[in-house]
Order: sequence, then structure tokens, then C-alpha cells
Amino acid sequence: MSRQYIIRRILLMIPSIFGISVVLFSVLALAPGDPFSELAANPAIPPEVAASLRAKFGLDDPVWTRYYHWLLAMLQGDWGFSFASRINVETLILQRLPTTLIVIGAAQLLAILVALPVGVLAGTRPYSIFDQIANTLAFVGFSLPTFFTGLLLILVFSVQLDWLPMVYRTDLSATGWQWYWEQFKQSIMPIAVLGLFQGASLVRYVRSAVLDVVRLDYVTTARSKGIGERAVVIRHIVRTALIPVVTLVALQMPVIFGGALVTEQIFRVPGIGSLLISAMQSNDTPVVMAVTFVLSCLVVFFNFIADILYGWLDPRISYR
Amino acid sequence: MAKKGYAMNERELRGLIDSVKTGRLSRRGFVRRMLAVGLTAPMATQLLAISGVAMAQSPSTYKPTKRGGGGHLKVLWWQGATLLNPHFAVGTKDQDGSRFFYEPLAGWDANGNLKPVLAESIPGREDGTLAADGKSVTWKLRKGVTWHDGKPFTADDVVFNWEYARDPAAAATTSATYKDVKVEKVDDHTVKVLFDQPTPFWALAFVGAQGMIIPKHLYADYMGAKSRDAPANLKPVGTGPYMFKDFKPGDMVQGVINPKYYMENRPYFDSFEMKGGGDAVSAARAVLQTGEYDFAWNMQVEDEILLRLEKGGKGKVSISPGGNIEHIQLNTTDPWTEVDGERARLGTKHPTLSDPAVREALTLLVDKDSVEKYIYGRTGNATANFVNNPEKFRSKNTKFEFNVDKANAVLDKAGWNKGGDGIREKDGKKLKFVYQTSINQPRQKTQAIVKQACQKAGIDIEVKAVTASVFFSSDVANPDTYTKFYCDLQMYTTTMTQPDPELFMKQCLTEEQATKANKWQGRNITRWSSKEYDDNFKAGQAELDPVKRAAIFIKANDLVITNQVVIPVIARHAVQAMTTKLHANMSGWDNNTWDIQDWFKEA
Repeated sequence: MSRQYIIRRILLMIPSIFGISVVLFSVLALAPGDPFSELAANPAIPPEVAASLRAKFGLDDPVWTRYYHWLLAMLQGDWGFSFASRINVETLILQRLPTTLIVIGAAQLLAILVALPVGVLAGTRPYSIFDQIANTLAFVGFSLPTFFTGLLLILVFSVQLDWLPMVYRTDLSATGWQWYWEQFKQSIMPIAVLGLFQGASLVRYVRSAVLDVVRLDYVTTARSKGIGERAVVIRHIVRTALIPVVTLVALQMPVIFGGALVTEQIFRVPGIGSLLISAMQSNDTPVVMAVTFVLSCLVVFFNFIADILYGWLDPRISYR
Repeated sequence: MAKKGYAMNERELRGLIDSVKTGRLSRRGFVRRMLAVGLTAPMATQLLAISGVAMAQSPSTYKPTKRGGGGHLKVLWWQGATLLNPHFAVGTKDQDGSRFFYEPLAGWDANGNLKPVLAESIPGREDGTLAADGKSVTWKLRKGVTWHDGKPFTADDVVFNWEYARDPAAAATTSATYKDVKVEKVDDHTVKVLFDQPTPFWALAFVGAQGMIIPKHLYADYMGAKSRDAPANLKPVGTGPYMFKDFKPGDMVQGVINPKYYMENRPYFDSFEMKGGGDAVSAARAVLQTGEYDFAWNMQVEDEILLRLEKGGKGKVSISPGGNIEHIQLNTTDPWTEVDGERARLGTKHPTLSDPAVREALTLLVDKDSVEKYIYGRTGNATANFVNNPEKFRSKNTKFEFNVDKANAVLDKAGWNKGGDGIREKDGKKLKFVYQTSINQPRQKTQAIVKQACQKAGIDIEVKAVTASVFFSSDVANPDTYTKFYCDLQMYTTTMTQPDPELFMKQCLTEEQATKANKWQGRNITRWSSKEYDDNFKAGQAELDPVKRAAIFIKANDLVITNQVVIPVIARHAVQAMTTKLHANMSGWDNNTWDIQDWFKEA
């Protein structure tokens, strides 16, 4: 992999990010809706208030002027402020980021921790009972939408059994071990719902990647040399099989930042996803723009990382 | 009672007020009669006050005998507060959140009486604080009140709030309340609100949801265009029972007890959290079924579900009548012909709805009782008035009727005859209407009920549902907004957030007609125009005598109903859920948290 290639890739990222920002901005500008509609519908508030707010926030300017202002401010590190709360957008995002990282990050971790061993075991013993059971469960897992499993868990564990809280709070008043216990109790359902959903599809990828490798000649050679089964699986099979899986996981990283719209809404997890939803509902364009733009940048960035990783993991692949 | 069953003239009104004065009629009885003719409860009590009958003090139900010790209060707003400056509050969620920290001079209770908060007493005619000419009102402020940072609360703070809110550069959402009044400091603990005209409804500034007072010493440097930069926007410092701890917009508001709160033994809770996000049904569950939270706001949930959740006995639903009214509007202009880039343009006439017989038939075809019984349950009441009419006060004189046979007879008589397809027509014009509303399950069910009845009377209804975020937007480019009204019939809830009906009744004025010229910002959506109504309204605005003025507004309501400008369907109540142990007084005329200092839990 040449240095030239990396530089070229980095330079190519700039026009694509720029293009994304143009598309996002114009789509948001064209979308129906108005951040001050609630004011307009309230007879106690004179229409002049909404009108002067529109003028003040520059909403009456043509789209291209608004885009120009936005771009200029963005280049200077000013993300704009939310119409709904009149707070700087980056403050809002930073407030939500820790929760998002903890919950969604833990869910991804859970997904990987479940998917790897199960996928490898199923792949090395294709069509065994274990494989069949794992396969069936994986199918069930990714066929059930998170809003269904989420509600199911709430009904069983919160309403019927009364074991777990159904609302996620960031302000647990407990301290010490009690805090960890309560945090564990409130996180377990959202993490399980998300993690198992992601894990289910990941199991299928790992299994098929292992299946591809397991019958290759070099594995047979390794076995015939008398290496133990364990070492064959770990050192020879998994290492090769993981290459596509690693790329897949890298490409999922932006999702961690983006939060999980549905799951966050169900459990009231105050992550980026729920920020995005409430911003969309109130037509709070600066927030929607900032969140979607950051997400697109992350997607572009992790695509780049995945490409680099791929070349590093498998030296046979060369870029020119 | 006079014509049409519900008008009440000035003389009768005076008679009633005299009866209250002499004790022949209870205050409650008077308020009930006012509600029946379409006035609000606060308006009724204001009427009594200005006629020299003092406001009733609502009896306190507060039981705790010491401050604090109540633990942690957990409340759930499924739309979280996004800002905590009451002058920029966009919806009730923001006002409710601000009310934990900030307080008005007085608040409205459920019966429309004023309850003093930062005021020492309620102004009245007896001690001269309410001017006889209705041009000023003097508020005496409580002494010894301090802001959370220890600075004293004085008349300067009150005067400052008026200056802050009326500044056009600030674009405060409370500006309508303050821009037309003048406020003077009399001494450190007395302020005087002056009106240009005699103002029978004197308790708007510094009262209720729009009346919360912010500290001068923290906001004085952030007036007008600089308002967004005030640090106190994010860290409120008020006079209220709880002090600020943490705020995450849209997610969480937290506070702790104010140990120096000026009311004895209050507040009860040591701390509180107001959590936002999620949806109404799961919020109802978290209170009524699991008891994880103590209170949940705005239960826009079908009554059937609420009843089922209540069965566990952990929580109850609290219903308070207010000024929300679900109604059907009848277009007076022609929505199907485009003139100069504008449909439903002034000057055009609706081809079929302009016939009074058709309008009358439509009013007879809305089965309000079924809508109440099968859709809204306890959360709404069928109503005949445009201005609110809660169930327990429902007049026997106001009547609405659901009668398909009568509707058929009316249409037959007017010459609308059924064609081969079963749809009535006259002069080649068919009775086919498009009936739009926002996407919302109860509304779609109501549409179905109306459509079915209309079918039986030979009227063809095409129902249309628009996403709420589009329907209620003021987007000039979109043809589906409610203000454009590019169809024959439409239905939504209009809110009366302020207790005085003057602003509310503005939405039927000719000068308020929504047109392309005013970017459809006019409030008169039906484009109905009546000289009689306009003259009556103007007379009401200029009327010096509060009693005459009240009679005029009763007539305004009467005109809207008898001319079938709109068909009122359901008076929708404010519905909240709380655990059985929580005591929280709700009022349809003020914030949900208007009485937050008195909230407590039974041990």
C-alpha cells in the first residue's frame, strides 16, 4: 500500500463530504415543516413573533445564502444553534454523546462477543445440531424488529415481573456499587435488544466466512501436520475468516455514534438518536443538519479506515 | 333565556351578578352559568371581581407539616422541556419546566379563581387595588422573598419583566401579554399595571403561564437581541420551591428543594426530576402500571387503554377541563378554483357550502355523542359551543342534535335531490366534499363516523389525512397546511391558552382572514365574514362596562354557532396520569405545574 494511495484517498474525501453537505442542506431546506409552527398555532402569540424569529434566524433568506452562511460558520467551527432550545448544537450533541457511546457501544460489544464464538462454532461444525439451533435463533433474532422485542422485554420484565426499570435515566442518584447495580439494571434491556439484533446478523456473516475457509487446502494441511484442533481453528481458520468481518464491524462504527433511533425512543435513552428524532419533530433544522452531517462524515471516514485495514490484514490486496 | 336558547343579554347578566352579591346565587352557580353561555371560568370570576365580589380562596388541601422529607419526585413529560426561560417558552412543556423555578404573581385554579403566589393578595375593588374605571390594577408583592442566589425580590424585577418581554428584538413568546400595557413601580413592593383602555380582563400580565418572573440582576444585560447569550437561560435562578440542579434540553430537568422557600412547610419533596422523551402510551404505563414515575403529562391515549392501565390500582387519571376544542370548519370560499396563484381566495364563493341548508344539514350529521362515547371517552365531551363548555357545567339550553332524517328533510326542501349514484345534486353541482385533518387515530375515527352519517343523507365525503408536521406548519409553499384550507371541510383542535376569550374570538373577524397577501397568517381560516360579528366584536373591545362586554362575547359565540361557521365537536380536556398517593391540583387554565409548591405524596 503506497503512501500516494492514502493521500489520494484523503483528498477524495473532501469533495464527497462537501457534496454530502450540499445534498443534506437542500433536502432539509426543501422538506415541509416550520420550526415555529407551534407558535403560529397558538392564538396567544401574535404572528409577528414567529415572523421576527424567522427573520432573526435567517429563515427567510434564499437557500443558497443560508447554505453559504452555514458553510462559512462550519469552517470556523461554529455549528449553529438549536431553534428549539437556543443552545449551541455542539453542546447538545456533546451532552448526548456519552450515553450513546456507553449504550450503543456496549450493545456492539455484546453483539461481537456473542457472534464470534457462536459463528465460529457453527461454521466449523456445519449442519450439526448446534449449527441448526444457532442458525434458527439468528434468523429469529434479525427478523424481529427492535421495537417489538423492546416492548416485549418491557412487558415481561418491567410490567409483569417488575424487575427492571423501563425508563433509562442519566441522573441516577445512587453512589458507589449501588450506582453500578442500578446502571446495570437500566442498561440491560436496551443493550440486550440492540446487541442481540446486531449479533444475530453478525453470526450469519461469521459463520459463512468460516465456512468459506474451513474446507480450504491449507486447513487440511495444518490438520495433517498434527496440530491440535483448537490451534487449527484459532490460528488458521479464524484469522483468515475474520478479514471480511473486521471490515464489516468497522463500517458499523458510525452507527455507534448515530445511536439507535427506535430503541432509544422506546427506553427513553437520551442518546443522539432521540435528539435527532425530537429535532426532526420540531423541525429544528440546525440540529438535524449537524447530526446527519457528523454521521455522514463518520461513514466516509470509517470507509477509509476499512479500506486501509483491509489492505493491512490481507497483504495480497494491493492498491494502486 | 333569550333567542336560540343560549344568548344572554346584559340585563340578565347584571341580575345574576347582583344575586351573587346578595348571596342568592353562589359563586359556583354563577361560574357555571357563564360557562354554559360560552365564557371561561377565569373570565367569569374576573367579572365578579370587577363588580366588587371578591375572589374566592380555594381551600388548601396541603397536609405535610414540615418542609422537605418527601424524597425524590419523578415526573415524565413525553416531550421534554427544551428551554427554561419562560419568556421564550414554545409550548406547555417549556412553561411547565420553567414553573419549578420561576413563579408568577398569581395562578389560576381549576375553577378560574386567582391564587396568590408572589403577590401578597389578589387585587380587588374593596381595597381599591382594582381601579373602578378598569384602567389599572395594583399588585402588592410578598415581602421577604429572595431569589435562589439570595438577592431580594422587588418591584424592580416585576417592572423589568415587562420591559424584557415587550422588546420586539427579543421576540419573546409572551410579548402579546406585555406589549400593550404599561407597568409602574409604586414602591419596592407594589407595582401598578396600566391599560390604555378599560380592561375588564385585568389579570393577564404577570399571571399564570405567561406571567412567570425572571430576575432583573441576571437578565438586565441580556435584553433584546442579546437574549440568547444569557447564562441564566440554561441555569434558572428563580423564586420557586425548587432550585436548579441540571438541565439537558429535551431529556432532563433536575432540581433540589429551596430551603428558604417563603411558604410555610413547603415544598414537600427534597428533589425532583422531569424526564422527557418517548411516547404517551409508555409514559402512561410507567405511572399507572409500574409506578416507576409519579406523574405523566398529557395522556393523549385512548380512554380505553387508560381505563385498562388504571385497573392495577397503582395510579389514577386526572382530567381537567380547559379551553381546547376539536371542531370542524366549513370553507366559505371556493377551494377548487385557482385565482392568481391562490385557491380559497376571498371573493369566491363555495359552490355548495354557501347554501345555508347544506351547512345546517352538515351540523345535523355530526354524531358528537358517538364521537364522545366511542373515541374520546372521559377525555372529551360533546359540545355545542365554540368557546369551551365542560361537562359538569353543560347547560340544558344548549343543544346539538344528530338527526339523519332531519338532515335529509332539510336538503330535500332546499332542492338537493339524489341523483342516480345516490348523491344529492342541484343545478349540476353535487354534494361531494373533501374533509381533511391531521394524522391522528381519534381524528381518523371521527372522520369515519361523519362520513358514514353523510352517506345516509346523500352527501359524499372524501376523507384526507395530512401528517401533523405539515398540516400545522406555516409553510407558505405547501398546499396542505390548515391555514390554506384548500378543501371543503377540515378538523383540528383550537386551543384557548389564555382565559380571556377576546383573542380567541378574533379568529372569526373579517380582518383576520387568511390570504396569500398575509402569507396565510390571518387567524380566520374559514374566511367567514359577517358585518354583524365584526361590529359586535369591535363594540366588545371598546366596551367600558365589563358586564356589557361579557354579554357581547356571549353573542359572538352565538353568531359563530348559528351561522354554522364551524361545527364544534368535542371539548377536549387536559389529561394527566399520577400515582394514587400523589396529590397534585390540576387546572385547565394554567400550567400543569401551576401549583407545584403544594404537590405532596400521602405517606
